[in-house]
Amino acid sequence: MGIYLLKRIFLLIPLFIGITIISFAVIHLAPGSPIDLATDLNPKATAEVKARMRALYGLDKPLPIQYWRWLSRLVVLDFGRSFSQDGRLVIDKIKERLPVTIFINLTSLLLILAVAIPLGVLSATYRHSFFDKATTVFVFIGFAMPTFWLALLLMILFGVHLGWLPISGLKSLNYEYLPPAAQIWDRISHLILPIFISAFGGLAGMSRYMRSNMLEVIRQDYIITARAKGLSNRQVIFKHALRNALLPVITILGLSIPGLIGGSVIFETIFAIPGMGQLFYASVMARDYPTIMGMLVIGAILTLLGNLIADVSYALADPRIRSL
Amino acid sequence: MNTTITKNTDFTKGEKLSRLFWKRFRKNKLAVSGALMVLFLFGVAIFAPWLAPYDPGQINVKKVLEGPSMEHPFGTDQLGRDVLSRMIYGSRISLLVGFVSVGIACLVGVFLGALAGYYGHWVDNLLMRLVDIMLCFPTFFLILAVIAFLEPSIWNIMIVIGLTGWMSVARLVRAEFLSLKERDFTLAEKALGAKDWRIIFQHILPNALAPVLVAATLGVAGAILTESALSFLGIGVQPPTPSWGNILTAGKDNIQIAWWLSLFPGLAILLTVMAYNLLGEGIRDAIDPRLK
Repeated sequence: MGIYLLKRIFLLIPLFIGITIISFAVIHLAPGSPIDLATDLNPKATAEVKARMRALYGLDKPLPIQYWRWLSRLVVLDFGRSFSQDGRLVIDKIKERLPVTIFINLTSLLLILAVAIPLGVLSATYRHSFFDKATTVFVFIGFAMPTFWLALLLMILFGVHLGWLPISGLKSLNYEYLPPAAQIWDRISHLILPIFISAFGGLAGMSRYMRSNMLEVIRQDYIITARAKGLSNRQVIFKHALRNALLPVITILGLSIPGLIGGSVIFETIFAIPGMGQLFYASVMARDYPTIMGMLVIGAILTLLGNLIADVSYALADPRIRSL
Repeated sequence: MNTTITKNTDFTKGEKLSRLFWKRFRKNKLAVSGALMVLFLFGVAIFAPWLAPYDPGQINVKKVLEGPSMEHPFGTDQLGRDVLSRMIYGSRISLLVGFVSVGIACLVGVFLGALAGYYGHWVDNLLMRLVDIMLCFPTFFLILAVIAFLEPSIWNIMIVIGLTGWMSVARLVRAEFLSLKERDFTLAEKALGAKDWRIIFQHILPNALAPVLVAATLGVAGAILTESALSFLGIGVQPPTPSWGNILTAGKDNIQIAWWLSLFPGLAILLTVMAYNLLGEGIRDAIDPRLK
C-alpha cells in the first residue's frame, strides 16, 4: 500500500507542473499586459510608472524566468495582491471563501450519494418496471436541465410565491436578534435551495451510472451462485451485488469534483453566497487577474487532491488495485 | 435483441450498414422524436425572420413587462420587446455556438487523438498527460478565466468552449486508433508503403468516426448549456443580441413580477438540450446495440 501511495503521489508532479504551465499560458493570453489593464483608468500612470510596475512584477524579464519566479512563489501559496480596491493578499481572500464552498459541495455530494444510489439500485433491480421508467425520465430531464434556470424557478416558487425560503445570502439581516432555535433554522433555510441546486446536476449522472453498474454486476457468475445457494433476493442485491457495484462510484466521485467546483460559480452567484464561485465571478467581472490566477490554480489542485483521495480509497477498498 | 451482428461482418457490406443503421434508428421512438425536434430547431433558426411576429430589437416603452397575451404569446421584456421573437432569434445563437464550438472540439480532439493512438509511445504519453491536465481544471473556471482576459463575444465563447471540450473526443479517437492500427487493412496499407498521414486520415479515421459522431451530438447539448449559463451570467452573448441565456438574466432581475421571462427561455434550453441528448443516444444505440 505504501508503495502504491508513493507511486500515485509521484505521478502528481508532472500533472502539477502541467497545471501551472497552462495557468501561466492563460495569464499571457491577455492582450497587452496586466499592468496596462490595472493602470488604464488612472491618469497619473505615466509611462515611467508603468515601466516601474512592470519591473516590480518582473514582467520585463523573459517568459521562462517569469514562469520560474511565479512558480516559486506559487509553491508557498503566494499569489500576490488582488487588483481590487482593498488590495489584500489573494490567498487571504481565497481562504475566507473556501470553507463555504467546500461545505456546500461536500453536503451536496452526500445528498447525491444518498439519493442516487438507492435510485440506481432499485431501478436496476426492478428493470423495466414503472419505477425504472420514471427514474429514466428523471435522469433525462436532469441531464438537460440548465441548473441556473431550475434555481430561478425554485426561487420564484419557494421564495416569491410561497415565501417559505429565503433566496439570497447565508443568513437573514436580523440574524443576530433571533432566538437560538430560529438562528439554526435561519442558517439551514438559506442553504436548502443552494445545496439542492448544486446536487441536482450530479444526481442524474450518478443514478444512471449506479443503474448500469448494478445491471453489470447482476449478470456476474457470483450473483448466480448466490442465487443458486438459495439466498433471498434482498441478500443477493444488498450484500453481494451492491458492494461490488459501489466500488467504481469512488472514482466517479473524484471525477465529479471539478464539475462541482465550477458549478459553484453559478449557484453562488444566483443565491449571493460568499464562496469561491462568487469570488471568481466577481474577479472576472473586475478583471482582477492575480485573484483569477490564484483561484484557477487552487481549483485545479483541489481536483488533483480529490482524484488522489479517490484513487487511494479505491485501493483501500479493492485489493486488486494495490498490486498494480 | 438476440440478433447480435459483429462489426466484422458489417463493414464488408458498406451499403447495408447504413440501411441497418436506419432500421435500428427508426425503431427508437425517443431518438426519432429527438431528431425531429432538432430539425424543427434548424427550421426555426433558418426561417427566423419569417417566423418572428415582431422585430426582436424593437423597443416599446408602452408595453414594458407585459404578461403573455394573444398579442405577445410569451409576454414582453423590460424594454417592451416581444419575448417570443427574441427567443426565435436566440435559437440561431444556440445553434451557432453548439455547432461551431463542437466543430472546434472535434477537430482538435480527432487530430490529437489520432496522433496519440497511431504513434503511441512518447507521443501518446505526452498527449494523454495533456488530457489529464486539462481535465483537472474546473471547466467553468477555465472558460471564465479565458473570457476575463479576452472580450466576452460570441466568437470568443465558441472558441473557448471548443478548446476546453476536446479531451473526451481525443480519448475516444485514441482508443479506436489503438485497435484499428493493428487490423489487417492497416497492415496491408503499410506493406504497400503508404505514408503515415494517408493511413491515418484516409484509412483509419473513417472507421473511427462513429463514436465521434455520438460524442459530437451530445457535445452540442453541453455547449448549448454552457453558452446559456455564460450568457445568463453576463459574460457570454452580449445584449442587445438576443440569446436564451441573456433573456433569463432579465428574468432574474425581474423575478418578483415577470415569471414569463424566466419560464419560456429556460424551457427552450431544456427541450433543445434534451433533443440533442436523445438524438445522440439514439445514434449510439443504432451504431452499436451492444453498448446499450
